[in-house]
Amino acid sequence: MTHPPSITPTPVSIVHPAHEARGFWRTYVFTIDHKTIAKQYLFLGICMASVGSYLAYVMRWQLAFPDESIPGFGFVGPETYNALITNHGTIMVFFVAMPILLGAFGNFLIPLMIGARDMAFPRLNMLSFWILAVAALVILTSFFVPAGGASAGWTGYAPLSARAEYTGVHWGINLWLLAHALEFVSFLVGGVNFLTTVITMRAPGMTFFRLPLVIWQLLTASIIFLLSVGPLIAAAVMLLMDRILNTSFFVPEGGGDPLLWEHLFWFFGHPEVYVVLLPGLGAVMEVLAVFSRKPIFGYRWIIYSTIAIGFLSFIVWAHHMFVNGINPRLVMPFSITTILISVPMSLIIFSMILTLWKGSIRLATPMLWALGFMVMFILGGLTGIVLGSAPANIQLHGTYFVVAHFHTVLLSVVIFGGFTGLYFWFPKMFGRMMNESLGKLHFLLTLIFFNLTFFPMHAVGLAGMPRRIANPLQYESLTAVQPLNVYITMSAVGLIVAQLPFLINFFWSIAAGRKAESNPWQAATLEWSAPSPPPHDNWGDTIPTVYRGPYEYSLPDVREDYIPQDRVHPSRSTWKAE
Amino acid sequence: MFLSWLPENISTYGGEVDSLIWLIYYITLAWFIATVGALLVFVLLFRDRDGWRAAYITGEKLSQVAWILIPTALVLVLDLWIDLRGGDAWAKIKLHVPPKEIQVQVTGKQFNWEILYPGPDDQFGTADDLQIDNELHVPVNKVVAMTLKSKDVIHSLFLPNLRLQQNVIPGREFQAWFQATKTGVFEIPCAELCGFGHSGMIGHLTVHTAEEYSQWVKDQWPSATGAGISP
Repeated sequence: MTHPPSITPTPVSIVHPAHEARGFWRTYVFTIDHKTIAKQYLFLGICMASVGSYLAYVMRWQLAFPDESIPGFGFVGPETYNALITNHGTIMVFFVAMPILLGAFGNFLIPLMIGARDMAFPRLNMLSFWILAVAALVILTSFFVPAGGASAGWTGYAPLSARAEYTGVHWGINLWLLAHALEFVSFLVGGVNFLTTVITMRAPGMTFFRLPLVIWQLLTASIIFLLSVGPLIAAAVMLLMDRILNTSFFVPEGGGDPLLWEHLFWFFGHPEVYVVLLPGLGAVMEVLAVFSRKPIFGYRWIIYSTIAIGFLSFIVWAHHMFVNGINPRLVMPFSITTILISVPMSLIIFSMILTLWKGSIRLATPMLWALGFMVMFILGGLTGIVLGSAPANIQLHGTYFVVAHFHTVLLSVVIFGGFTGLYFWFPKMFGRMMNESLGKLHFLLTLIFFNLTFFPMHAVGLAGMPRRIANPLQYESLTAVQPLNVYITMSAVGLIVAQLPFLINFFWSIAAGRKAESNPWQAATLEWSAPSPPPHDNWGDTIPTVYRGPYEYSLPDVREDYIPQDRVHPSRSTWKAE
Repeated sequence: MFLSWLPENISTYGGEVDSLIWLIYYITLAWFIATVGALLVFVLLFRDRDGWRAAYITGEKLSQVAWILIPTALVLVLDLWIDLRGGDAWAKIKLHVPPKEIQVQVTGKQFNWEILYPGPDDQFGTADDLQIDNELHVPVNKVVAMTLKSKDVIHSLFLPNLRLQQNVIPGREFQAWFQATKTGVFEIPCAELCGFGHSGMIGHLTVHTAEEYSQWVKDQWPSATGAGISP
């Protein structure tokens, strides 16, 4: 059902004065072009992913072979181990997942998919990237200060984190907090930019319910982030004051409460995982539609469910704290809200699966990643149900079951969702095609090694192995699972190595891939109407006008199997079966 | 079977926890098979091929939306079932503490469990209180009540075989209880990152028979006369 052509009066996007050639620094470094800024976020994310993966390799090698020197690192003592796990988590969440899924995808896609020439605040956009880059430098620096990097976990529970004498780490945690403060500012500014752009700069005809779903997901993620980050910013300031000014916000000897930190952290921390999830989910939705040649099933229901998830994400946070000392009477309400999130989430999953029904499915690389996301995300989401049930949580909290769960969900979003988007939008971003064979190899290896690494981890957690221990051999009860730990480590190394085909493919294709046409996937959304890559102002002289929704694929009375959003009239001849 | 990885359960309420894990396991397994199965079947059935064109199905009609609303309603019903079972189990374990027969205080301190026994007079704060680090001795089949504390940072008292876990927080006191159904020695890891000694912060729970426990009490408090802690 196409919407009747109409032009809604919307403010015309501000046309920037024609940009003359600006030289290397203005074009590639201090650029205000959203497309280049997106690539900067992408490269930052890829670089930090290498760092985070290296930390994971060292951790896993230590767990598998506790008393040995780790090749490429050296001996890991218990203090070092704690710094490894802390920074692995912090880097992967804030310097890989968010830069790639929000910074890169959000910045690249929003103006192009809504028909704008750039973000609402291009200079602020540049600032937000550079603040994040400085934050990344700060956290990398923290490894090299005396006593090393932060070592109180990515969750930074007080009072361990509040007094330097408990960890022995002084500047490491202070710098870690500073890096957080900077990246919060970066994403806050970015979130404001995203919201303003989507709300005010849509092209004529681009009503809210003609927006592609990935834009809705980015919109919701931005709102969630903006509303949830405040308490953690306050907490980070208080923690820094406890450390530097000897206040006692979180230190009981001075009248403070360690649980306050936990509440403030998780009040942000839980919505944060949805901030990461939604853009990846959106990318997968776009690809499912394009490569099934079908509209996404239940467009409006998905939007309503996304909003419901956004709302629910704010009232579940204490499921991270069931055994942490909160009032036991508060536990069941949080357990109920937690399990209820599975309702809108499962609706979205069912919709995505039904999108495939009677589709005409093309298994190009982006589609393989999208399908891989579906399987892995369903698995990870289901193990969350066990953790969300409070009595079951008693046994599994703080064990490797939790680690297995959150890696399965997070990596399904960041790796599978991220590569779905990357392989799909690469032609638009770089004007070249990636190599299909390398892409399929990358997918297959990642899928195999991902499962080999994290599936057995559930068993390790069920057996009772606590998180964040540096040496499983210290525990007699864990002798039975140590072979699994070795096996997981080897698979993790395989997973890291499996990314090599991607790196080779990615950089080689940027330089010398086959040139891409403007719409190599025959997709209907607006970004594919622009050239690959789009020029600086995206649309040339005239921004597009939108006449229909984003998923007009395979209309029965139209010859072509898709109608772009900005095409006035579909071709009239009827398609005939052979 | 996956769940056979769970450590041996020696707790009266452990069965509640385990049966809940089993229930959720079976429900989620069924969903996994159904959804991933449907996904794989659809991908196989609807590959692009000559002469086949996708169907323009938007999911706007109610007859179409029903295909997602009905399974979603089923999810909701199963969720509520899990929650009701969970609520019962949680109340049993954390809210309704039976009358205690043995009492101890457990205090986490980097990197030991300091276990304080009240002694034969069963009163804390008296001369016969005895602290033994990392060794929790209890008789089998008796309700043991623990007061949990911390002297420095957050630790987590984790007794996997008892299906018991509780963080200890400096500045607060928590009550926990268990009743062991089997004798033996079991590890008590710390399950919350507490510093560089977190790895290896291990206590041991020894569950004695009634006779062994009496003997242990006599060994710890040799000057005690007959009255006091009953075996």
